[in-house]
Amino acid sequence: MSKSAALFALFVMSVASIASASEPPEIQLVIRDHRFVPAELKVPANTKIKLMVVNQDVTPEEFESHELNREKVVTGRATIPVYVGPLRPGRYPFFGDFHAETAQGALIAE
Amino acid sequence: MLAIWILVFREVLEAAMIVSIVAAATRGIAGRWRWIGSGILIGCAGAGLVAAGAEGIAGALSGMGQEWFNAGVLLAATTMIGWHVVWMARHGRQLASEAGRFGADVSAGRRPLTALMVVVALAVLREGSEVVLFAYGMLAGGSASGGLVTGGVLGLLSGVAAGVAMYAGLLRIPMRHFFRATNGLLILLAAGLAAAAAGFLNQADVLPTLADPLWNSSWLLTDDAWLGRALHALVGYSAQPTGMQALFYLSIVVLLSGGARLAAPRRDAIAAVPTPST
Repeated sequence: MSKSAALFALFVMSVASIASASEPPEIQLVIRDHRFVPAELKVPANTKIKLMVVNQDVTPEEFESHELNREKVVTGRATIPVYVGPLRPGRYPFFGDFHAETAQGALIAE
Repeated sequence: MLAIWILVFREVLEAAMIVSIVAAATRGIAGRWRWIGSGILIGCAGAGLVAAGAEGIAGALSGMGQEWFNAGVLLAATTMIGWHVVWMARHGRQLASEAGRFGADVSAGRRPLTALMVVVALAVLREGSEVVLFAYGMLAGGSASGGLVTGGVLGLLSGVAAGVAMYAGLLRIPMRHFFRATNGLLILLAAGLAAAAAGFLNQADVLPTLADPLWNSSWLLTDDAWLGRALHALVGYSAQPTGMQALFYLSIVVLLSGGARLAAPRRDAIAAVPTPST
């Protein structure tokens, strides 16, 4: 293993040890028939939230948002947590990458 | 069918960009296609396994298994590229200047080729598992399977074609600058992968973002534009990166270019190359 690889591992470990603690409020977002319900979801601004993405379809979906910097697969009939924020007030679109024609939505932070 | 074509093309394109850089960077090393081919095959098998285990991965580590898994895969690939880059800095010039004489000397190249085989396998695994999950969803949802096959094959072929075109383009780099250029590309590729890993660690909420986003260049080039996607796969472009992602990116660039410089043999040592290693 090279010196740079060892240094890099050290760097990653030291940065990874900085972890955050308290649990943010949970907000639910449902996927049904390849659509997000609700398609527009109001969330509090300037605070971290835990988005619970509930996939009621049998097919997998990928919750993705460039604005939120999020990308996460949710398998059929499963629920995944996605931490979001703190967000400045505004509109943050997201989409389901596997069914992008229908699966479009946005968080409204206010 | 078009939607399937585009999705498959997108995933294949990302892996193909990585494979083409690896293929170019190993120019002149005997047996490289076997290593690259093995990497692709292992990656395909891995993609199937990851897709099959997607639910288990997602549920692990209080719902953050996916983030840790992706970050782990990306950082492993970063490490392997780093290893290769430093090795190439030591031996690349020798390969370039003596490609004829030492062409059969694979033993020297065996170790770093293992590293790059792992890089190829991990790239294919990551992008491939999404394709498998998507295809499985189409089948499970009862969508037209004819369109799935046609779209999938077209996506695969066009993605591979883009990779081949990229490879052909890289080969046009003059030999004098060739390994410098491919090593530079590998460093940026590794930095981009590390930045993506930082993104997943941000997403898992284990690393602070430092700034979110650090900047927003969506007005210039969005992440979902084709150029944005290609640049993301090649050099880690992101329109709205976090501060931590930028920090990872810069750290890798500094570490690897510094490491390569330190590992590079001195010019006078190269002049005296025929002495066998002791």
